[in-house]
Amino acid sequence: MHNLNMTAGSLITGFLLLAIITGIFYTPYDPEAMDASARFAGISLAHPMGCDNFGRDILSRILEGSRTTLAVALCTVAIGTVCGVLLGAFTGYYGGWLDEILMRINDALFAFPSLLLALTLIGLLGPGRSNMTAALGISFIPSFARIVRSEFLKNSKLDYVRSARLQGAGNLRIMFVHILPNTLPVLMSAVMIGFNNAVLAEAGMSYLGIGVQPPEPSLGRMLSEAQSYLFTAPGYALFPGLFIILMVLGFGLLGEGIAEKGGRHG
Amino acid sequence: MKSKGLKKLLSVFVLTALTIALGACSGDKADGNSSRITIGIPQDVEDSLDPHKAVAAGTKEVYFNIFEGLVKPDSEGNLIPAVASEYHPSEDGRVYTFTLRDGIKFHDGSPVTVEDVKYSMEKCADAGRGEPLIAAFSNLESVNTPDDKTIEIFLKEPDTEFAAELANVAAAIIPASNSEPDTNPIGTGPYKFVSRSPQESFVVERFDEYWGEGAHIENVTFKVCANADSIVMDLEGGSIDMFARVTAAQAAELSDKFEVLEGTMNLVQALYLNNEAEPFDDIRVRQALCYAASSQEIMDFVSGGKGTEIGSSMFPAFGKYYMEELKDTYQQDLEKAKSLLAEAGYGEGLSFTITVPSNYQQHIDTAQVLAEQFKAVGAEARIQLVEWESWLSDVYAGRNYQATVVGVDASSLTARALLERFESGHPGNFINFNNKEYDAAVRAAIASTDDAQKTGYYKECQRILSAEAANVYIQDLPEFVALNKKYAGYEFYPLYVQDISRLYISE
Repeated sequence: MHNLNMTAGSLITGFLLLAIITGIFYTPYDPEAMDASARFAGISLAHPMGCDNFGRDILSRILEGSRTTLAVALCTVAIGTVCGVLLGAFTGYYGGWLDEILMRINDALFAFPSLLLALTLIGLLGPGRSNMTAALGISFIPSFARIVRSEFLKNSKLDYVRSARLQGAGNLRIMFVHILPNTLPVLMSAVMIGFNNAVLAEAGMSYLGIGVQPPEPSLGRMLSEAQSYLFTAPGYALFPGLFIILMVLGFGLLGEGIAEKGGRHG
Repeated sequence: MKSKGLKKLLSVFVLTALTIALGACSGDKADGNSSRITIGIPQDVEDSLDPHKAVAAGTKEVYFNIFEGLVKPDSEGNLIPAVASEYHPSEDGRVYTFTLRDGIKFHDGSPVTVEDVKYSMEKCADAGRGEPLIAAFSNLESVNTPDDKTIEIFLKEPDTEFAAELANVAAAIIPASNSEPDTNPIGTGPYKFVSRSPQESFVVERFDEYWGEGAHIENVTFKVCANADSIVMDLEGGSIDMFARVTAAQAAELSDKFEVLEGTMNLVQALYLNNEAEPFDDIRVRQALCYAASSQEIMDFVSGGKGTEIGSSMFPAFGKYYMEELKDTYQQDLEKAKSLLAEAGYGEGLSFTITVPSNYQQHIDTAQVLAEQFKAVGAEARIQLVEWESWLSDVYAGRNYQATVVGVDASSLTARALLERFESGHPGNFINFNNKEYDAAVRAAIASTDDAQKTGYYKECQRILSAEAANVYIQDLPEFVALNKKYAGYEFYPLYVQDISRLYISE
């Protein structure tokens, strides 16, 4: 059967990535340049998405803002995945008291909603882009650790692991060469869902004013600024919102597609 | 089948009954005689419930309704008698004689006595922490009460503006019998304190034994709206009826349920520079920023061109002290700014951080426009938003910052309230301004008893601030008050206060 989710997800994500990469080399205007004569300019050929309250070109800001949002989401998921995989692999594979201690700490972290945990961390570290990334990354670790742990726990009792051990393979080799690839289908769809959550969390944080600092754009930051002008300039909020939807939809479909594919083969 | 039908019928009954009961509830509220209003404030009232310890302008504007000094300001900037029914300064400005108002009472019903006045004045002068909060009170020598109607205040040095300092709510008269002013605020104002929920609300009710023309509305709730973005929704949704400082953009969003009144905020909005921190310890860098900035452009972006350009720490409401010409000291001149930066060794570029309190949209917007203007001369300004509490502790009290956009108000109707803070040793000198001539001019102005001479010295102070480029002065912000049309009677003051007692229900 044709994997529709995968195709649609790849198309949307591909389009976004293309736009973002273009944005690195070329934006129609300087995303931070203000123009008093273009305040709240409507949709036109010169400004395909109009202008904001400072006369900044919304399209240019979205191109740069999506990049910021994507970068934050990437780093967040990377932190969460790497730490989560390490934690989950060791605890799941070895078990015993190490597992007990680390997993109880993990459970304690899990007890907080991840956004609350991130908010607390930002409260300690101070607002800003890098602090937000770190805080979100840390708040993502528990869920990844848990998923990876259960996969390792399951796999470590399977025959292929036993035979690998008989062949004399070391523990690290078994963990990362034999077991890890087998957890990939589950892990990848978790990464995709995590990605979605990260995009939304970045938007949420910046919307609250504790994420990306002005004048640097991010999709959440733009939404937050647009809110004051919801009725006078609806386009200002519409386009960043649309991009968040596309980004989340794209990754969501990709995740579904990967899970589907993994399910069929495994 | 039958029982199902019965159940349905029963649930319809229950729902109907509930609807009626709930409907009756809300009906009761609307028909009740108690009038109420909810007013949004941008930050919590959290300094202290003791007015003598109130620092933040946002706290004092609320306390204005609860506490009164011997005198108080009116909406035209005159001093009118309050707790005292009349007062006479002596010729040399060293003795002030007050007559206590007949029959004036505290909120707890006890009469105000001269002992309470003496207690309050002495408490103001010695808050137990060395420096009095109102600097002018360090000049207090003694308070005499020759009879039970008269209070004489003796000063060490002549100060002809002292009466204006007494109008500050931080010099309010409070009962000597109150052993816990920090938790149990009692004053003489038109409203009395009911309760406070931290980060949420501050509730007051009308004081029916007020000496003057009392308030109209009975119950007033000041609701903390720390998120500047949601103010329009709070207003439209009805959770607040009034917000005193909406931005031009927010005003434009409001439906015709609201009236938008326009006045001035009476604030000195500036990019305040830490004169002791690099790179602003160099006057050339400060001047360069002054040349790089354009107040007019900021006003165009932030408030649709409204606002009053200023060039020093003084705003037009101060009439005789205000020097309009200072706004032209630094006309925008990018070349000059660049060459000054190059001279100071920042030809390669300069980068610094502007710390902005995140609850003031006007200041955030201003900072963004400034950052863009500075970019044109090769200076990169990063903006960091902080919560109001961190701003107070890190920037204002800790002086640990490079630059900040904020508005500074006058606590009393004197030039001193705006200018004395920049004296080098003053506790409120958060920009670390340090200039010998300035210190001398301020001291001379305060000491002088001759009005013309005094005004001259204060003008000299303003000239120094401008010439030294102590700060990048921007504007006196326009103030837009959003008031639900159900209410009317709002009055603007030349000070940072909200007089709720004048509001009434118009329908």
